[in-house]
Amino acid sequence: MTPALEVRGVAKRFGALLALDHVDLEIAQGEFFALLGPNGAGKTTLISILAGLSRADAGAVRVMGHDVVADYREARRALGVVPQELVFDPFFTVRETLRIQSGYFGLRRNNAWIDEIIDNLDLGAKADSNMRSLSGGMKRRVLVAQALVHRPPVIILDEPTAGVDVELRQGLWNFVRRLNQDGHTIVLTTHYLEEAETLCNRVAMLKQGRVVALDTTRNLLAGVSGTHLRLRLSPDRLPDALAPMMVRRDGAERVLAIQRHAQITEVLLALRAAGIEVIELQLLQPDLEEAFVSIVGRA
Amino acid sequence: MTGFRTLLYKELLRFWKVSLQTIAAPILTALLYLVVFTHVLQDRVQIYPGVQYAAFLIPGLAMMSLLQNAFANSSSSLIQSKITGNIIFILLPPLSHGEFYWAYVVAAVVRGLVVGFGVYCVNFVTVSLPILHPLWALVFAVFGGAILGAMGLIAGIWAEKFDQLAGFQNFVIVPLTFLSGVFYSIHSLPPFWQTVSHLNPFFYMIDGFRYGFFGVSDVAPGASLAVVAACFAALSLAALHMIRSGYKLRH
Repeated sequence: MTPALEVRGVAKRFGALLALDHVDLEIAQGEFFALLGPNGAGKTTLISILAGLSRADAGAVRVMGHDVVADYREARRALGVVPQELVFDPFFTVRETLRIQSGYFGLRRNNAWIDEIIDNLDLGAKADSNMRSLSGGMKRRVLVAQALVHRPPVIILDEPTAGVDVELRQGLWNFVRRLNQDGHTIVLTTHYLEEAETLCNRVAMLKQGRVVALDTTRNLLAGVSGTHLRLRLSPDRLPDALAPMMVRRDGAERVLAIQRHAQITEVLLALRAAGIEVIELQLLQPDLEEAFVSIVGRA
Repeated sequence: MTGFRTLLYKELLRFWKVSLQTIAAPILTALLYLVVFTHVLQDRVQIYPGVQYAAFLIPGLAMMSLLQNAFANSSSSLIQSKITGNIIFILLPPLSHGEFYWAYVVAAVVRGLVVGFGVYCVNFVTVSLPILHPLWALVFAVFGGAILGAMGLIAGIWAEKFDQLAGFQNFVIVPLTFLSGVFYSIHSLPPFWQTVSHLNPFFYMIDGFRYGFFGVSDVAPGASLAVVAACFAALSLAALHMIRSGYKLRH
């Protein structure tokens, strides 16, 4: 099957900055994919190249098999992009905006689908309001709606939940999850790693324009060394037998790595034997944030 | 075609929604020019025998307003979209290069024609004005609007800030329109300035347009049309090349 997105040896330089350093990436149809990385890692540059807003200095990019430069019309028809910046056209209402966007994609009589998007994104009450009068969260919803007017098989969301309230975030993810179940490929960048962890099957991590990790979410989590035990102790010291388990200190707390849950009992017994009291105890499951910090920190 | 039609509709709706500023204001400005210039020059200047100065001036003013507003339409729409960032709404869809180009140019022509026609109508009340060859007048009006629409598109793509665009307008467009024979016949100029005027493409638009009214012109209308059409073809090629290459639009 044709990959939804295909990135081959893509490089992009802005002056002295190498924003993308020969990136290779392939995303299959139907995936829910996360593109993660610190600020300035090249995520938005890569998305811009996929969307044809920017041109690669080297390499090739295809959307549903269509080259974004040579076959730009087909490539753009297959792609919906929710941009990171909160942009809007102040001359029009929400419905006008969506109708116009539909027309740009060559679609007339698209009102049934437009109504459905408006409904799903809870924009009904504001459908005939001017874009200028909308709150930031509402403008964000319109951007999502605009990306969906042409029912693109591939949807890229660049930080769609930045500055968005919890309610919209939930609603948005339910909608996007449904789109994914209906067969749309979803690519997501976000700063909220727990979102990526719960939603995405596969993750790529970018750092300084390079892909430093590319794996399923499950494998990345498994790669993080086991479960952690966070302890606050009185007196604040650790028996010698437990010292090798310690991975770091978080202020007054110590974090120990354990391989099995049964080890918790061993730790507690050792502490008791040494006359150390446990004031606070917390069990930390591995999460994507930890994987992210360790991979991006190491790379 | 739907893409072209939608972008054209959006461009028309954009200036229509602020028509006080985009249509009424330039008509008023042209009316003020007419009042002041005819008051001062009415009895002193006769350019074509038997044609009142006010009557001579009106086609020139109508054309000048048409040209300046055609330029303003495409250039300001593009620079606003670029600065606010909503240009991505037309960069993301599969609009062809031609659809993009023609939508902006046709919208500019429409705005130019509406303003030019408005100037003509408002002034018609005060001065009687013949139109001997309406088709010639219309052809030059459309080409003039299209040329300035294309120039506006090029300037709008090139400019990164409003003041760069204002510079283009003040140092290129306004001098070219003022020195094109709006207020006078170039035959009354010293030989050197006559030669310079012949290098100005705007001169041919206004001269040809005026021919449509009075049947008299400095240059034969066919020759003017050839210059104007060649000029439009060259600008179209340049603009389409810019759009195709993504110059300043797709970084």
